Amino acid sequence: MTDAHRAIDAVWRIESARLIAGLARLVRDVDLAEELAGDALVAALEQWPQSGVPDNPGAWLMATAKHRAIDLLRRQATLERKVQELGRMEEREQQITEEQLAEAADDPIGDDLLALIFVSCHPVLSTEARAALTLRLISALSTEEIARAFLAPVATVAQRIVRAKRTLAEARVPIELPAREELPERLASVLEVIYLVFNEGYAATAGPDWVRPELCDDALRLGRILAQLLPDEPEVHGLVALMEIQASRFGARLGPGSEPILLLDQDRSRWDGVLIRHGLGSLDRAVRSGRTLGPYTLQASIAACHARARRAADTDWEQIAALYDALAQLAPSPVVELNRAVAVGMAFGPAAGLELVDALIARGELSGYHLLQSVRGDLLQRLGRVDEARAELKRAASMTQNERERDLLLARAAATDRPIGRH
Amino acid sequence: MRFMMMMYPQIEESDWEPPAEAIKAMVDYNHELNGAGVLLSLDGLHPPGAGAYVTFSNDGTANVTDGPFSEAKELIGGYWMIDVRSKEEAVEWARRCPARGCVIEVRRVQEREDFPPELRSVVDERPLDLT
Repeated sequence: MTDAHRAIDAVWRIESARLIAGLARLVRDVDLAEELAGDALVAALEQWPQSGVPDNPGAWLMATAKHRAIDLLRRQATLERKVQELGRMEEREQQITEEQLAEAADDPIGDDLLALIFVSCHPVLSTEARAALTLRLISALSTEEIARAFLAPVATVAQRIVRAKRTLAEARVPIELPAREELPERLASVLEVIYLVFNEGYAATAGPDWVRPELCDDALRLGRILAQLLPDEPEVHGLVALMEIQASRFGARLGPGSEPILLLDQDRSRWDGVLIRHGLGSLDRAVRSGRTLGPYTLQASIAACHARARRAADTDWEQIAALYDALAQLAPSPVVELNRAVAVGMAFGPAAGLELVDALIARGELSGYHLLQSVRGDLLQRLGRVDEARAELKRAASMTQNERERDLLLARAAATDRPIGRH
Repeated sequence: MRFMMMMYPQIEESDWEPPAEAIKAMVDYNHELNGAGVLLSLDGLHPPGAGAYVTFSNDGTANVTDGPFSEAKELIGGYWMIDVRSKEEAVEWARRCPARGCVIEVRRVQEREDFPPELRSVVDERPLDLT
């Protein structure tokens, strides 16, 4: 890429979401809006290297895209006139749209952008499709970048995006803000997608890397954008807090040989103070709303307990166990139950934790999930049942798809006969 | 990656307080940064004359000079810390600042990983706990 192209790329990343959002409202079609925005980008790539980047590049892109849209609508109108004798009604409809197009696509309060976020994360789409479409339309990632982020072939991701847009069109999903009564469900769908993107970066499910921080940064920016657009929704702040506090640990998560370091063994001085302060601030906003704490705010509160402890030994495990208790009642899941077992094991002793893990196993839950074996191995080791602990950790190692995590588990299995020094 | 955008207003101390409309434009700009999810922190500084210079001779002796300064035009007036994907994106944000007759310096924030290993070990020896 030349310098000029890199500068244009930077403008595109800043402008494209709002551009597509404004166009989508006008032409009432996400696919067409993206195509028009793409045309405007091509025009910029042709003209800006000579003319320089204009003073207001966003307005330039929007004006260019609108010209294309008007051309397109006129061609369609002409075509329809030729095909249909009784085309007057449709013609009038087209003219109205054209007038709407001519007016500035100003979006000072961000309603267009918010509407596009809700559409990209519409529950009619699969979670994977929602994530791909959101990264493409809102985060301005290319198909290649999304494919790299999800370790998927480019063709697969391209297909996923095409199908998602087709599904939205076929389901006639309107490009508008959800109605009040719909908001909780629709917002949950958006938050789920953002957190999925974050987790995909934070705990890479497969492949050689443990963390892909760029993807986490994209999720964080998405969360912060949403927090500005929906300042009165505590769970948005809760999710931002959760992501910021988790992201604050990036610098401490890997050892010198790029091996993962578990939370309690991390050098806390390497946690990112800027992100922790931001995260605690976001958590405060969520809690101050006075509404019942939602699942993201509860998880952020748990992360905050770790962030506030200067040393691992200072961790308030009873508080964490209580928060997991609340989370298990609000959003019960086997994974929450497993985490509750860890917290209970730390707060009230390994026997109490093991009881909860064994209850999970008795119910046949999480079978095949390596962290279940990993936690059980840890609890057994603390109970002095070393042989069983070693077997569990080895089983966990054989189950994970992440290479670095496998190495870590095997190292822990090999060290089971050593006394545990870290608690 | 994090960038510091440092603003050098290039004005005399007597002009340090900008007119209300300039402040309003800057507030809009700050909201634009925040709305895009890139703003981490920002501060504006009192005029240089209210501060001091501490200059060091080659043997390390410190000399304090109180304001006002004749060359106040060259001094920093405030900063933004932003988190963006590239230097180009940081530069594009700086370009959008509603500033007149001034300079914004765009600099990447140095992370621990950016230190060469032998210096990193010196830093790691005594970790700084700011949280």
